[in-house]
Amino acid sequence: MGALTAKQKWAWAALTVAVLVYALFPVISIMATSFKLPSDLNTGKFLPTTWTLTNYEQILAPDGSAQELFLSSLRNSVGISLIATAISVVLSTLAAYAIARLDFPGRKLVLTTALAVSIFPVISIVTPLFNLWRSIGLYDTWPGLVIPYLSLTLPISIWTLTAFFRQIPWELEQAAQVDGATTWQAFRKAIVPLAAPGVFTTALIAFFIAWNDFVYGISLTSTEAARPVPAALAFFSGASQFEDPTGAISAAAVVVTIPVVVLVLLFQRQIVSGLTQGAVKG
Amino acid sequence: MSTEITGATSGVASRSTTGAGPDRGAPAGPGGRPRRSDRARAEARLGWLLAGPAFVVMLAVTAYPILQAVYESLFRNRLTAPDDRAFIGLGNYGVILGDPVFWKSLGVTTGIMLVTVAVELVLGFALALIMHKAVTQLRGLLRTAILVPYGIITVVSAFAWFYAFSIDSGYVNQWFDWVPGISPDLNWFAGTWTSLFVIIASEVWKTTPFISLLLLAGLAQVPSDLEEAAQVDGATWWQRMKRVVLPNMKAAIMVAVLFRALDAFRIFDNVFIMTNGANDTTVLSLLAYRTSIGRLEIGLGSAISVLLFVCVLIICFIAIKIFKVDLAGARGEK
Repeated sequence: MGALTAKQKWAWAALTVAVLVYALFPVISIMATSFKLPSDLNTGKFLPTTWTLTNYEQILAPDGSAQELFLSSLRNSVGISLIATAISVVLSTLAAYAIARLDFPGRKLVLTTALAVSIFPVISIVTPLFNLWRSIGLYDTWPGLVIPYLSLTLPISIWTLTAFFRQIPWELEQAAQVDGATTWQAFRKAIVPLAAPGVFTTALIAFFIAWNDFVYGISLTSTEAARPVPAALAFFSGASQFEDPTGAISAAAVVVTIPVVVLVLLFQRQIVSGLTQGAVKG
Repeated sequence: MSTEITGATSGVASRSTTGAGPDRGAPAGPGGRPRRSDRARAEARLGWLLAGPAFVVMLAVTAYPILQAVYESLFRNRLTAPDDRAFIGLGNYGVILGDPVFWKSLGVTTGIMLVTVAVELVLGFALALIMHKAVTQLRGLLRTAILVPYGIITVVSAFAWFYAFSIDSGYVNQWFDWVPGISPDLNWFAGTWTSLFVIIASEVWKTTPFISLLLLAGLAQVPSDLEEAAQVDGATWWQRMKRVVLPNMKAAIMVAVLFRALDAFRIFDNVFIMTNGANDTTVLSLLAYRTSIGRLEIGLGSAISVLLFVCVLIICFIAIKIFKVDLAGARGEK
C-alpha cells in the first residue's frame, strides 16, 4: 500500500475511532457504573459524579456483603474452566495429531462428530444431565460442570488444532533423525516448538468458551460449592435487601473482564489465527 | 471404523516412518486388489488409539444425554410428584405443540435469529473490510479491539447493555431523548419490541466479531490479482465487490452465516439477564430451562429439548440442502 493522502489518513482515523467506540463502549459503560455510589445510579449520567470503590469493597473486602459469593464463584470458574481446558487440550492434541498425520479410516468421522457437537443446542442436554447428575451425585460439583464443558471446548479444540497441525512440516522430524537425533530428540527439538503455539492458542480459545458458559452453570449448580461467576452474577443481591445489586454486579463484571482484556491484548494475533484457521480453509 | 490389532508393528515406529501427508493410497496386494498392509493397519490402530478418547468423550457428553432426553420425553415425570411418573407416549409433545407459549417462543427465537444474522452479516462484513484494508500498524489495534466483545462473558455484556438502557441506572434515555419515541421515562424492558431491540443489540455487539473474523479470513482468500485486474478494466468499487470479491468468498459467508444462525437460535444468557422472558420475550432455550430446572417438569422439559434439537437439525438441513453450504469443505476437510 502506498503512502496515504491526508484525506485518507483522516478517513482511517475516523474509522478506527468508530471501531474502538463500537468494541469498547459497553465495557467502559459498565466500568463507569462500577464506580458509582448507590445514590448516584439513578442520575441518568454516564460518568459517576463522585468516584467510589464501595462496590469493589462489597465484592472483595473481607467484610463485603457479596465477598463470599463472588470469591467462591471466582474460584469455581477459574478451577473448572482450567480443568476443562486442560482435558480438552490433551484429548484434542492426540486426536488432531492422528487426524493431521495418520491415514486411518474414521478421520472424517471424528471431524464430522466434532462439527455436529459444536452446533448442538446446549440447553437440549441440560435437562437429562440435571436429572442424571442429581441421581449420581454430580449435581453442584466441579466434575458435574467439567464434563458438560467438554462438549463446548473439545470440538473447537479438535478443529483448531487439526488446522494448526496440518501446517507443520513434519518432514523436519525425519530430517533431524537423519542428522543423528533420536526419535525423542527429533520430536522435542523439531516438532514441539512448531506445535506449541497452536496448542497454546487452542487452550486460550477453549478457556474463553468455558469461562463464558452460563447455561450449564446456572442449571447444574445450586450453591457456592460449584457455581461459576456468570451464574453467580445473576444471584447477587445488594448490601441490604432494599438496595439493588447494580454496583456490586458491575464491579464483579469488571473484575472478571480484566483478565479477558489482558489476554486479548497479549495474544491478539494467535487468537485471530486460531479462530479463523479452523474455520475457513479452502 | 475397524480397529484391527493384527499389525504387530509398534505404533511409535509407524509414526516415525510414515510420510507427511494423509493422502497415501493403500499399496496393492499380491492379488492385484488393494490390500491393507500391516503398516496401514498399525496406523489405523494408532489413529483410533489417539483420536478415540476425544471421540468417545464427545459422544458421551452429547449423544448419550440427547437419547436420554428422547426417552424421558415419553414419560409424565415431575420431580415434585415422583410417584406420578407414567409412560404417556407422545403426550408431552401433544401438550407442547398445542400450547401457544411454545409457538410464540419459537417465533421470538426465529425472529431474533434472522435479525441478528442479517445485521451481523452487514456489520461484520464492514468490519472485515476495514481490517482487511487497514495498514499493518492499525490492523493489530483494530483486531485487538474487535476481540474484546468476543472474549467478554455474555452475561457481563448483557448486564452492561441492561444497565445502560435501564430506566433506573441507564443513561441512554437522556442521551437520545432527541430521537422521536425516546424520552426520559421510556422503560425499555416494559415492552416486547423495545426489550427485543436491546437483546438483539447486545447479541449483535457480542458476536459480530466472530463473524467478521471468519469473513476476514474469507477476504484474504480472494485472489488480489483478480481484483486488480477488474480495477484496471475500469470496474467500480461496487462492481468489484459484487462480481469478484463476494462470489469468491461465498463459501466463507455461508459457513459464517450458518454457524451464527445456529448460535443465535440457542440464545439464552442475555434474555435470562435482561427480561427473564417477561413481556413475551421468552425464547426456546429459556422455555426449556424454566420447564425443567424451574418447574422440575422433566418430561415436558425433555420434550422441549428434543424439539429444540430437531429445530437445529432442520436449520442445518435447509442450509446444506437448499443453500448448499459445504461445511466440511469450507472447514478444511477434503
